[in-house]
Amino acid sequence: MSKKKYGFTMISVLLALALVAVGCTPKQESGSSEGSVFRMNLATEPPSLDPAQVQDQVSATVVNGLFEGLTRKNEKGEVEPAVAKEWKISDDGKTYTFTIRDDAKWSNGDPVTAGDFEYAWKRALDPNLKPAASAYAYQLYYIKNAEAYNTAADGVTADDVGVKAVDDHTLQVELNSPTPYFLGLMSFTVFYPVHKSVKENEQWATDVSTLVSNGPFKMSEWKKNNSITIAKNDNYYAKDDIKLSKVVFSEVNDSNTELSMYQTGELDYAGMPTGLIPNEQFPTLKQNNPDEFKIQGSASIYYYLFNTTQKPYDNEKIRQALSMAISRQDIVDNVTKGEQKPAYGIVPPGIKGEKEDYRTEHPDNYFKEDVEEAKKLLAEGLKEEGLTAMPTVKVTYNTNELHQAVAEAIAEMWSKNLGIKTEVSKQEWGVFLDNRNHLNYDVARGGWGADYDDPMTFIDLFSSKSGNNNTGFANKEYDALIKEAYSTDDQAKRMEAMSKAESLVVGTRAIMPIYYYSTVYMIKPGFKGIFIDYKGDIDYNRGYYEAK
Amino acid sequence: MVRYVLQKLLFMIVSIFVLASATFFLMKAIPGNPFQSEKNIPPAIQERLNEAYGLNDPLGVQYLHYLNNLIHFNLGMSMKQQYVTVVDIIKTGFIYSLQIGIFAIILAIAAGVLFGLIAALNHRKFLDGFTILLAVLGVSIPSFVVAPFLQYVFGVKLRWFDVAGLNDPTDFIMPVIALSFLPAAFIARLVRSSMLEVLSADYMKTARAKGLSGRVILVRHALRNAILPVVTYIGPMTANIITGSVVIEQIFGIGGLGKFFVNSITNRDYTLIMGLTLFYAVILMLARFLTDIAYGFVDPRIKMTSRKGG
Repeated sequence: MSKKKYGFTMISVLLALALVAVGCTPKQESGSSEGSVFRMNLATEPPSLDPAQVQDQVSATVVNGLFEGLTRKNEKGEVEPAVAKEWKISDDGKTYTFTIRDDAKWSNGDPVTAGDFEYAWKRALDPNLKPAASAYAYQLYYIKNAEAYNTAADGVTADDVGVKAVDDHTLQVELNSPTPYFLGLMSFTVFYPVHKSVKENEQWATDVSTLVSNGPFKMSEWKKNNSITIAKNDNYYAKDDIKLSKVVFSEVNDSNTELSMYQTGELDYAGMPTGLIPNEQFPTLKQNNPDEFKIQGSASIYYYLFNTTQKPYDNEKIRQALSMAISRQDIVDNVTKGEQKPAYGIVPPGIKGEKEDYRTEHPDNYFKEDVEEAKKLLAEGLKEEGLTAMPTVKVTYNTNELHQAVAEAIAEMWSKNLGIKTEVSKQEWGVFLDNRNHLNYDVARGGWGADYDDPMTFIDLFSSKSGNNNTGFANKEYDALIKEAYSTDDQAKRMEAMSKAESLVVGTRAIMPIYYYSTVYMIKPGFKGIFIDYKGDIDYNRGYYEAK
Repeated sequence: MVRYVLQKLLFMIVSIFVLASATFFLMKAIPGNPFQSEKNIPPAIQERLNEAYGLNDPLGVQYLHYLNNLIHFNLGMSMKQQYVTVVDIIKTGFIYSLQIGIFAIILAIAAGVLFGLIAALNHRKFLDGFTILLAVLGVSIPSFVVAPFLQYVFGVKLRWFDVAGLNDPTDFIMPVIALSFLPAAFIARLVRSSMLEVLSADYMKTARAKGLSGRVILVRHALRNAILPVVTYIGPMTANIITGSVVIEQIFGIGGLGKFFVNSITNRDYTLIMGLTLFYAVILMLARFLTDIAYGFVDPRIKMTSRKGG
């Protein structure tokens, strides 16, 4: 049997090779003498690192390290000066004058000027931007004439847009209406400056050598579809505050692998916002690694939409009955397991109100779960509709294990509490969105995250002209309240109007809120100053490593 | 031979045209667009985006436009990753998929033939049963079980290899083994059954009667005939393996081609869907073509000239 010997030889050669290689592979350690390296997972390749084009959390996570806007937010969510050292706001709240700091520099050494901001914002609004118009340019619509220019309205040019560099250090911005959260918006990607050299090279953001940035970090290495490394930017004005020498982003799109990489020390951070920890592991991890496993609320909401143009979901009582007959706490405890908070409103905790948290100032007690009441409402609703029994409820969601588990749990609760039959069905992402946009559903899953730190980012969603309403809900009173909130910068009045509006949409149950999201992540002990902000984005810029 | 090759090439071009057309219209028939997300883009901007990517043109115009580009070997730009050409995506991904793929194919053939031979030569003995058991396991355990198992044992518990990535030479070991598991088991079974058939054939008796040595008989007469079904299988297997495995690349965090087959469709990245489909088709056809040629060498009974269009 000489063949057998070959086999054994081969296997031993392979094993020997493996052992030798293992011996000579130095593992990269986190804390080294010349600053520390922080390694996290993006899961996928960022579609674009051009601040004007960023529209997803993966791209934003990298761009937030590479660029810096006029202001920045600290761990407490307070606005701090960044590229702008100070600013003045006119009495009517509509004109902002920013003073750019003298020592702000690009990664190539050029000074950052007011003109760079004017150029960047107008560029983002340019309807003919290459390769395609910016999908998030509407975040700039607070600025005078921005919307008209962006939508290529007649006779409006870039010169009409209300942003102007008076000189190298002075940037003047005119708004359509007073916007109390405008300063906070300055740390949003589309408001970042870009270097004027990008004019000559439209593809600047795709290559390490041409990606000039002004933030704490600069591009260092980019293995396409594999990993991205950013390194400390020595031209950053506050470089002494930056303690991490490098941030390395992997692109591993598998939650189990990500967790294994964290456990073997190939990653210093696992989980949201860009990665994921498998949720069936939550209880074990929480028990075994209490210092590393973290859960924090984030300003996003998980809800079900009712198609209010469809019978019998046009009946308010039926919608109320469905919404009251489920136990949100049970879903959070037994299905999602991430310590999410049961939701009875549409604005999550963590969003700024008049003085404190909006949710604390205006608790979401718009309704209560009550099975008996739900039964009564359902009977009344069916009678109004001339029905003897509730037709089978069709719940649609996009293909995802968690969405499926939630839908099945709700179906069971409806069946048990109201005796209703439910059919749950998953749809491929694109098909699902298409059906939802065209109101081709009975009950559909929805999710929404904050774009900025104000309840309006959620309230606006259900105005009758919102492109994301998707429920058929159109209420004149609601629209009037939104208009009222937009017209003033009196925070007390604004919050009051928005709370009233919220009670309308939740009260009539155009949607059925389920829970407020949480961010679940793990971080290696020793890393400090790395935090998750109110909307669940990670901020590693001023992070550092301290060995115990 | 020349006529045969020309015939094959013509057939390939026609097939690619048919495939491109079918994929194009099927892909456009699914609802959605490359810019879809939970948050809808304002309609005015959506319109601009459609315009920029030529999605507002009538379907027929888009189709002709695509064919025209295709004739000029222009696969276009990705609609999701900005300023990245489809060719670039395929190139960067293919390098990784090809690397692990080639090692996996070599390992699969070596291990498959070896185990197949061991089983056949020990027909109905312990080693036969044992290898067959292994082969059945290999064929029936899916890669999404094998890969995490290897990863857990050798990556997490024993810490011999990195859990994911392709940064060191050793990082290849786990994905290559996981990738070759199924084809190796399949080849082992093929070799075993055809070996058993060949060993009992008349010409084997003749060879033995001529007094040839055991090794000569085994290699020159038995294995050469028994390998034929394996050669048939190797073509499509190669095409399959080198274009990347969705599961294994995902689990081992390898930036190969595999993930794009699924992602491009979820993202409605139309140009990338087309590019990948065509790329896969070309590889598959080439592999088949080479298999046919290889057949001619291994099996003298097959004459290229006598086969038409096959």
